[in-house]
Amino acid sequence: MSEIKLSENKVNELIKLCEAYGNQPGELINILHKAQDTFGYLPREVQEIIARQLGIPVSKVYGVVTFYSFFTMTPKGEHPISVCMGTACYVRGAEKVLDEFKRVLGINVGETTSDGKYSLSSLRCVGACGLAPVVLIGEKVYGRIVPGDVEKILKELD
Amino acid sequence: MNYKMHILVCGGTGCRASSSKSIINRMEECLKERNLEDEVQVIATGCFGFCEKGPIVKIMPDNTFYVQVKPEDAEEIINEHIIKGRKVERLLYKDPEKKAAVSDSKHMGFYKKQLRIALRNCGFINPENIEEYIGRDGYAALAKCLSEMSPEEVIQEIKLSGLRGRGGGGFPTGLKWEFARKYQADQKYVVCNADEGDPGAFMDRSIMEGDPHSVIEAMAICGYSIGASKGLVYIRAEYPLAIERLRIAIRQAEEYGLLGENILNTGFNFTIEIRYGAGAFVCGEETALIHSMEGQRGEPTMKPPFPAESGYLHKPTNVNNVETLANVPVILTRGANWFNKIGTEKSKGTKVFALAGKINNVGLIEVPMGTTLREVIYEIGGGIKNEKKFKAVQTGGPSGGCLTEKHLDTPIDFDNLIAAGSMMGSGGMIVMDEDDCMVAVAKFYMEFIVEESCGKCSPCRIGNKRLLEILTRITEGKGTLEDLEMLRNLSKVIKDTALCGLGQTSPNPVLSTLENFYDEYVAHIQDHKCPAGRCKALLSFRIDPQLCVGCTLCSRNCPVDAIIGERKETHFIDSSKCIKCGTCMEKCKFKAISIV
Repeated sequence: MSEIKLSENKVNELIKLCEAYGNQPGELINILHKAQDTFGYLPREVQEIIARQLGIPVSKVYGVVTFYSFFTMTPKGEHPISVCMGTACYVRGAEKVLDEFKRVLGINVGETTSDGKYSLSSLRCVGACGLAPVVLIGEKVYGRIVPGDVEKILKELD
Repeated sequence: MNYKMHILVCGGTGCRASSSKSIINRMEECLKERNLEDEVQVIATGCFGFCEKGPIVKIMPDNTFYVQVKPEDAEEIINEHIIKGRKVERLLYKDPEKKAAVSDSKHMGFYKKQLRIALRNCGFINPENIEEYIGRDGYAALAKCLSEMSPEEVIQEIKLSGLRGRGGGGFPTGLKWEFARKYQADQKYVVCNADEGDPGAFMDRSIMEGDPHSVIEAMAICGYSIGASKGLVYIRAEYPLAIERLRIAIRQAEEYGLLGENILNTGFNFTIEIRYGAGAFVCGEETALIHSMEGQRGEPTMKPPFPAESGYLHKPTNVNNVETLANVPVILTRGANWFNKIGTEKSKGTKVFALAGKINNVGLIEVPMGTTLREVIYEIGGGIKNEKKFKAVQTGGPSGGCLTEKHLDTPIDFDNLIAAGSMMGSGGMIVMDEDDCMVAVAKFYMEFIVEESCGKCSPCRIGNKRLLEILTRITEGKGTLEDLEMLRNLSKVIKDTALCGLGQTSPNPVLSTLENFYDEYVAHIQDHKCPAGRCKALLSFRIDPQLCVGCTLCSRNCPVDAIIGERKETHFIDSSKCIKCGTCMEKCKFKAISIV
């Protein structure tokens, strides 16, 4: 097991969280949701502590974390950018918008800029297909985006 | 409080994204300033469906329907409409043909052909107030079942109604309940599948956001019928608003004694818990969903045993989709013989579709089974955007197929769509026009499938990956005619041998595009051309020296400085630098740039 780098407080918080769910392996997904809410992502140490608490192998926790697209092992940027790649957005040109974000930020989907400011991901359907193509930055929804809007939006965030 | 007027403001995800919340706040402020807060009530409702024209505001009782309302319009609506009784003309919907303003939604092309059963309360009630649901006959079906009907009679009624599963498969709901009832156990479970994973579909989400109590009531009825006292809603974590409304609804139902112990003094107990999905398309498959609820990877297992025999924690479990459940209470209050008169011979009732893509009226619609695709696309949908030519309509999401012009008069029902090479699926309906490349669309769905395949069985894990490689090759102009044969054969093998519903239907987008758009595949292979102009590797942009006036607009907008040329002289594109983004072509005012 790798050395625990989390502060003692954080470790205790995580242990309490597992205890709140009775350390039940069946509650693993609920625990991971809460842990990701707290830490922003699910680094290796977090998974190791959860595995120890629930009495299951780390490989099982890792298997679940990597199975579901909602869980992430890399920290998100200060401004997490998600481009909707649902079919409705795709046919209205979401791919070009995504390409433009990649080009301007110089990162790929699933990556964060080196200054930690922006991270880029794609998601499947926000349910605002009337506004397609849609980009979600933090909680804010940007609708009817064309590639030409990308630099403008990023400037606004600065 | 006895209000004289109500202002209904859409609080669905789409309208919220275009600031419907600020409209509500602004209206409430205006009413307060004018001491009207006890006379007029502002209500955030669920989705009205007409997302294209959102945010929607409806004034009751006079039924005035305002479209594309902005927060700054709130004051004018209060001053003009509420106080002076004059409609705000500029915010009314304009009929695109007659160019006249229409104030009542009943007369709009978008609503005329619709029949709302599952969506009956969406846009009418405040989903966060149980009394409004009760006011529209809510929980009457549950009361009727518990006091007047035996579980067998309830199941019989659902069977007689002809209701089939709306999540995609179309399995008869009553029969499913009967199986679950048959197995004896100390504990049984009712599961609501709200893990809507089809990209471009938002039916279930809108029901959960707009009418959560209908789902809760139906789950309790199902629990009574099959002998279960526990219900679980498996919902996507990506749907925060639906989760919040569902939580509120469950709490209110408990307070009113409609959930919990000894419901309505009948001795029946039923509780509901929420479980969160974490983003996996395969979890729409019921065995995978059950494993996910148990805290494991959402991998499907072989059936039998069916969940009705051994499901959640190995107990008998009945899984129904949100829209299926939303139909249940109204079937029981109005009777199976009312419901089974709507629709076609083998598909009864209505179906909700998320209509999107290259269409004028994007939105959430509900039509009787048997309505044709033409009616949906041209009458309700208002035709193709920007007067382009219709090319295809995709139904059934990644498990469905692309239908063409020749299918437009097919009445929509479970069996007809399968016969046409697609499927009903959960209700995504994406319209495509002449600018969409069907090979690229097949590749888009295959990318989705490859990403979402759980990897348990090799036909799906390896076979789909090979399909994607072949499709990628074709879109890059490197395909051969043998590749098409390979696509077809491999697709058939995957369909026949994959473990679960995801794998068995995954090649459908490939097969249906091969069937209906074979020439387009051939053009990519033999002519190295993408007729729709979508596949980047096959495009090259050229500036016509006759038409270029040297205005420099293209070179100034090119993101990678690939355009060379002095002012007032002909410009050239350096193809080694060009990233084929098409910006130059969009910007050129002289139509000098074209795809060759």
